Parts: sequence; C-alpha cells; structure tokens
Amino acid sequence: MESKLNVPLSPDKRTSGTRKKSFNREANLTGWLFISPMVIGFVTLLLGPLLLALYMSFTDWPLLGEAEFIGLENYRAIFQDAEFWTVVGNTFMFSAGLVPLNIVLALGLALLLVRKLPGIGIFRTAIFVPVMTSLIVWAIVWKYLFATDTGFINQILQMFGITGPSWLYNPKLAMPVVIVTSVLKNVGLNMVLFIAALQQVPVHLYEAARIDGASRTRQLFQITIPMISPTVFLTTLLTIIGSLKVFGQIYVMTQGGPDNSTKVLVYYIWERAFKNFEFGYASALAFVLFFIILVFTLLQWQFRKRWVFHEE
Amino acid sequence: MKSNRHGLQAGKLLGIGGHYVALGAISLLMLVPFLWMLSTSLKEPAQIFVFPPEFIPSSIRLENYTEVLANTPFHLFYWNSLYIAILVTVGTVLFASIAGYAFARIPFRGRNIVFLVLLSTMMIPHEVTSIPMFLFMRMLGFINTHVPLIVLPIFGAGGIFGVFVMRQFFLGIPKELEEAAMIDGCSRWRIYWSIMLPLAKPAIATLTIFTFLTSWNEFYDPLIFINDRELMTLPLALSLFTDEVGTAWHHLMSASVMATLPLLIVFFFAQKQFIEGVSMTGLKD
Repeated sequence: MESKLNVPLSPDKRTSGTRKKSFNREANLTGWLFISPMVIGFVTLLLGPLLLALYMSFTDWPLLGEAEFIGLENYRAIFQDAEFWTVVGNTFMFSAGLVPLNIVLALGLALLLVRKLPGIGIFRTAIFVPVMTSLIVWAIVWKYLFATDTGFINQILQMFGITGPSWLYNPKLAMPVVIVTSVLKNVGLNMVLFIAALQQVPVHLYEAARIDGASRTRQLFQITIPMISPTVFLTTLLTIIGSLKVFGQIYVMTQGGPDNSTKVLVYYIWERAFKNFEFGYASALAFVLFFIILVFTLLQWQFRKRWVFHEE
Repeated sequence: MKSNRHGLQAGKLLGIGGHYVALGAISLLMLVPFLWMLSTSLKEPAQIFVFPPEFIPSSIRLENYTEVLANTPFHLFYWNSLYIAILVTVGTVLFASIAGYAFARIPFRGRNIVFLVLLSTMMIPHEVTSIPMFLFMRMLGFINTHVPLIVLPIFGAGGIFGVFVMRQFFLGIPKELEEAAMIDGCSRWRIYWSIMLPLAKPAIATLTIFTFLTSWNEFYDPLIFINDRELMTLPLALSLFTDEVGTAWHHLMSASVMATLPLLIVFFFAQKQFIEGVSMTGLKD
C-alpha cells in the first residue's frame, strides 16, 4: 500500500531535441488546460483563504464592522488565555490516550486476523463496520450507551449491583469515555493497514526462525515487529495528526463539557469563530493548530523520504 | 512421543480457540452499539427503561420510524446528503482524473513543481481555511446553500488527494497504448477520455467510494454553512436531534438506523472495495 507513495516524481524525459520543441508548446498548453480546474480551485479555495487566514490572525475581525490590524496581539492574547492552555492540555490528553490504545489494539487485532483460519473474514468485517459509519451516528449511539439512567452500560453494571456513574457529566470520566468511543470507531482502519503490512513480511523469514527453534514470542519481536515498524511508525504519526483535529464526537457527546474537561482545540476554534464570531482570534488559534500539525507532518515526510531511500 | 504430539495439538487447538474468543469479544463490542440502536428503535418508549435491559423488544413499535418521518423533513436530509455526495464524487473523479492524467503523462513546463505544491497543501487543516472561506461564501451569498458543501471538497484536500491517486494509477499504465493512439492522430483529450479513463476503472472505483463516504459523513462544513433545517444533511440533522428530542431515544435511534442502514447494506455487498477505498484515508493527511 505504501509503495504507491514511492513512485519517482519526475517522469521520463525521453523526448528528443528537435521534436521536443513543437511537442512542448502543445504539451504545455494541453497540460495546463487539463490541470486548470484543479489549479484555479486550489488558488481560490485553498491558497487564497490560507493567506487571508494568516492576515486575519493579525487583526481584530468581528462579524459586522471594520477589521482592525493589531499585529501580533492575538497571538500574545492566546498565550495568556487560560482557557487556551486548558484546551491544549485536553487535546494532548485526548491524543495521549487515543494513540497508544488505537495502535496497540489495531496491531493486536491485525496479528490475530492475519492468520488464515476459517471464518476469520467475519471478524474483520465486524471490526471495520464502525470505520465507515458516520462519526455522528457512532457518537450518538455511544452517548446513549453511556447515558446515566437509561444507558446500557449502567444497566449492565446495575445487574451486578453496581450503581454506574454519570459518565459524560463527570469531568474525570468524560474524556476517557470519548477516547474509548473514538478508538472503537477507528481502530479498524489502522488494523487494515497493519494487516496489509503483515502480509508483506516474507514467509521465509519465519521458516528460517522456526528451523532455528525460535519461539512465537521471539518471532513476533525479532521478525514481525521490526519488519512492519515503518508502517507502524507512519500510522502512528497519521493517527496523532488525526487525533489533534478531533471535533465531531466532542460536539455530539459533551459539547466540550463538563467544566471544559473535553474542550479540544478544534472545538475551541469553532466556538470562537462561529459562536462568538471572533474571526481574528480564531484564525490565530487555527494557525497554532496548523503549526502543531506541521511539526508532525514534517516528521512524517522526513521519515517517508528516509524510509524510501532505505528500501531502494 | 505420541502423547507429546497430542499435547501439542491440544495446545494448538487451545490457541486457536483463544484466537476466536478474543476476536469474538472485540467484534461483539463493535456490534453491540448497532444491535442496541436497532433494538431501541423498535421499542415502546416505556420499554426503554425496563430493567434488566432486553435486547429483543417484547413488542415491536414501528411508529418510531413513521413518527420521525412525519415530524421531520427526514426525506430532505436524505436527499440533501445523497445528491451532494453524488455531485462531489462525480466532480472529484472528473477533475482529479483529468489533472492526474496530465501530471502523469503530459510533459508540460512546471509540472513537477505544481504537483509538489498541490501535494504539500493537503496537510493544511481544514479549520484554518474554513474561517476565511466562511466570509468569502458570505460575500458571494452562498451561506445557507449547498454550494460550499459541493465545491469545497472537489477542489480541497479531497480533490488533491484524488489527483494524487489518479496520477499514481496512470503512471502504471504502459505507454505503448498511448503512443500508438498518438501516431494515429488522436488528441490528448480523446486519449484521456476513450483510452485512459476506461482503463482506470479500479482506481475510479476506489476513489468513488472514498469520496462518497467522506462527503456522506462530513459534519464540520454543514455545521458552519447551513442554518435552515430543510437544507441540512443527515449528520448535521442527527446532531441537532440530540438537542431537540432530548431523551426521546426511541426516535433518535430509529433516525440513526435509517441514516446508517443503506450504507451498511451496500458495504456488505462490496466489502473489498469499501475497505480498499476507506483505507486510503490512511494515506491521506
């Protein structure tokens, strides 16, 4: 799967001298014509807004009335905004809870599912179903399962004589509940990526290990894990990036509460921008998010480059 | 010797048994939400509070469904989600495949640099550009219309990702086909349209599923751009139900079933393609 990404960027340059010239004019024209819808869309709907957002982050930009240029004032205010630090803390807590759980569970499931046992496809299907279900539906159903009085989970607990807590209304429990819900939603995706990686591990390595009398555990730690570690690392980075952008499940399950205990960065940006209409401040917040994501993205690119080089 | 072998086999069987138990437990955890959703959607409101909880309702109440259909413009939510997803998918496949073809096969000036720039912007978080985009759309009078929901994904990160996918696929098609057509005097448009596009069916299928699902499940953009109930898509409408009906779980669950079921049915018939399509998300970002 990853190999798709490693195709060399510059295609062949086989066309020869004299033909090249006449060829080029036509090629230039047709080429640009063919990419023009995408490029025009890109400039007006991505690049333009990006630059405008950067400018907005240096302004006080209300919903109605004049925008005012205030330099770095928004950024200064952000760093003194106590709510911002709570929100950053919550976002990192979400990532720190979700990423290891997701990766370990996905890896474990992939190891179980890669074996060719009868009927194993059914399990893969079951675990994958939430991935393609709407996040909103998934969050609604889990909100219901975790409901205090009518929730399935508390009803089950009651059968064992335990009075369940009010999960989503408890500042200590709300975030863990959102994390578990999110892990179950998306673990199937990483699992499928890991299965694909596991299937690429050459069988002869295991055969050799078996002849040498290596135990299953040793095979796992000395062959399987090292062989799929590039995929695991890339998947981990992508999962981190995704987790930093969490929004939908928070919106449905907790609305950032209770006591701001689940208010994450994107939720805060949304609130500041589209509830309070503080576009300047929200843009500056968005650029902080952009910067954090940029760090992880660059890490991922760096790694991809080195890994491709290594493979070749 | 013999007993030892038996022991080994027993151990192996036990291992396989453990395998199935572990997988069964996790799978059940994934399916319980769906089963409970279905079960609640068929219950009398009073049955919901019954203790101990019953998975199979003692009496089935289909009115939960008809009431949702009668009291909300559910058919409109459905239609909005469906037609937007279809337009986004068609637009993405069309514009991404033609650009992908050009990037793969037409040696025009600036090709590599443009492609790199496009690719590197895929990582810009949508939340950054959505604020100016909101103002831009307001200026053009497109707030509370479906225009941004259709246009933005086609030319946003999803579309650029599509270009990338299509380009990779076209790079893998042998050149000879095209060269022969070129000698016969075919235009590049005809080569793209009549030769390359039909060959790209597998890539188009994957991209179609990916794009359709992404659009169908999209939440952030509808939340920002849509105010009127009649214009809402399914996820947005459902998210507001939670506020409106409060703890009328039987209605909320029947609405969720109606929103989820068609896609689930399609998924069971085309699992392989779906998993391939959705797994592409792992390559995006």
